[in-house]
Amino acid sequence: MTTTVAPLGVDRTWLARLKRIPLDDLRYLVRSVLKSLFTIWLVTTLIFFVIRLMPGNPVDIFVQDLLLKGLAYEDAQTQAASMLGVRLDRPLHEQYFEFLGNLAQGDLGKSYISRNVPVSQMIVQRLPWSIFSIGTALLISFALGILLGMIVAYKRNSWIDHLLTNLAAAMDALPSYLIAILLILLLCTVFKVIPVTMTRGAVSPGIPPGFSIDFFVDVLQHYALLAFVYILSRTGSWMLTMKSSTMSTLGEDYVTAASARGLSEGRIITAYVGRNASLPLVTRLALSIGFVVGGSVIIESIFVYPGIGLLLSQALYSRDYPVMQGVFLVTTIAVVLSNFVADLLYGWLDPRIRIAGEAK
Amino acid sequence: MTTVRAFLIELGKTLKLLARNRVAFFGLIVLVTLIFLSYIGPLIWPAETKSNLAAIYQGPSWQHPLGTDFQGQDNLRQVIHGGRVILEIAFITGILTTLIAVTLGSLSAFLGGAFDSVMTELINVWLTIPQFPLLAILATMLKVSDVWLLAIILALLDWPGLARQVRAQVLSLKQRDYVEAAITLDLGTPHIIFREIMPNMMSYIAISLIFAMTGAIYQQTGLVFLGLVPLSGANWGVMLSLAYNRGAIYTVDALGNVLAPVGAIALLQLSLVWLARGLEEVFNPRLRTSV
Repeated sequence: MTTTVAPLGVDRTWLARLKRIPLDDLRYLVRSVLKSLFTIWLVTTLIFFVIRLMPGNPVDIFVQDLLLKGLAYEDAQTQAASMLGVRLDRPLHEQYFEFLGNLAQGDLGKSYISRNVPVSQMIVQRLPWSIFSIGTALLISFALGILLGMIVAYKRNSWIDHLLTNLAAAMDALPSYLIAILLILLLCTVFKVIPVTMTRGAVSPGIPPGFSIDFFVDVLQHYALLAFVYILSRTGSWMLTMKSSTMSTLGEDYVTAASARGLSEGRIITAYVGRNASLPLVTRLALSIGFVVGGSVIIESIFVYPGIGLLLSQALYSRDYPVMQGVFLVTTIAVVLSNFVADLLYGWLDPRIRIAGEAK
Repeated sequence: MTTVRAFLIELGKTLKLLARNRVAFFGLIVLVTLIFLSYIGPLIWPAETKSNLAAIYQGPSWQHPLGTDFQGQDNLRQVIHGGRVILEIAFITGILTTLIAVTLGSLSAFLGGAFDSVMTELINVWLTIPQFPLLAILATMLKVSDVWLLAIILALLDWPGLARQVRAQVLSLKQRDYVEAAITLDLGTPHIIFREIMPNMMSYIAISLIFAMTGAIYQQTGLVFLGLVPLSGANWGVMLSLAYNRGAIYTVDALGNVLAPVGAIALLQLSLVWLARGLEEVFNPRLRTSV
């Protein structure tokens, strides 16, 4: 018995596993990785040169500011250099490589405004709030959209279809900040259902963070309206996509075949229609998850919610370029990564894509 | 002459079909009303230049149908004056976005080969860049106070999504018999694209143009709201931003001051979407019946 197990165990090394992956899949993987790396490089380069070469570029303005404050030119340059993590007396291409080198080590420079605080540290502090608030709201709106989209597709041309489809189209069209402002106005100011303090910040001052019921309740209270706004403004778009996807799936032969075989309605809905119809939405969800890292600039600003979006809007307001650059890069990298995952996920979820790719 | 007449006849037919579609017709009426109000309204009701401290945050009355703002100025009058810039930016952005997207998308599909691969990859990369943050960062550097400059920036950021869809459409139209016939007759790329393929995509392009406009409205009012675009005073986004920053959303008396710009932006967006959805149904009869 033991002798038969041993070779299997040897076979399970990563190299042997790698060999078992078909060559086409491997090529696909390598191509996706290279594409992602290329995109990240392109965006970092773009933002580096945009910030340095634009008319009225922030580096020059910052040096000018320091000069006006009475610093000598040399001192102003060294200080600007330490803030941005680049040495300004060097030629541009050397600065560029130094910037890339720092970036590879996770060094995003230091904030202009909060002197000497590394940008990466600021981002790490704000990130959990964005992921918690926007992330969960995204998942809720996705689940709701899938559910409502299927209901509407099954009951098409009924009153519920007309009601929900029109509502979804309207919600999809309205900018989310209008919904946020309207809700705050109605719920807090006019009808006074929610205290105004619940719409500002992530926790009440004076409540110590930790594993206490008070803290959790407080966090949820501050989160509720923001999440509600996000869900209201996003569910519509998920629902409309799911509706059209479900309707085209319903016309497929395998659905007709499944009902001809006498499968129960529940099984057809979940295993045949739902699974296939939600395929295109899953990749869109993966992409949206990447954007969660960037938070939501306008919604977080309105609710003064301390996520990445608010960090960016504060940086924009005070022209804090290292922070802007850092937030932008981190968001882009997250989107590129999620794009990569979406690519792989789609091939795995829907073998038709892979096979079609091989057939070319 | 004949083309103009043919165009007018087509337009007449479309309008007749639109009139039968209640949602689209309603959207069209709201949109036309907003355009008239924004362009002709200011001639009838000139802008107020003085603040009236005796009439701050008043409720609706005969004199001020939508109340007054923090300076005692009439909200309705500000709404009438604040639509023009938004409409202009939306329209210019919509046209530019559609032009870039249709040109590059159809060329990419039609020429194929290396140009197509490069375009496809460029579009893919462009779509992964977070648009709004990039737009906001650019706005801090460029001092975008000019309608055209803002519209061009918005169009340069917005074209890839539409270009990808146009490419897919052209790829499928390319397979049709009449296009293959034109290719065999060697009628030339411009002729094939503009005389054979484009006319069959006009409805699709018109709808995309409207959606590009809604996107432009969202982005420009967002930028103004964040205080990044120093556009001149009369603008719904500026009005909303001022109302918000003065704390008007926490003051019951200031209801009109917030609701006026919110309602104006919302009505404009909704009218465009209603019109686009209606057009979709008119041009694509399959949507009208059950499906």
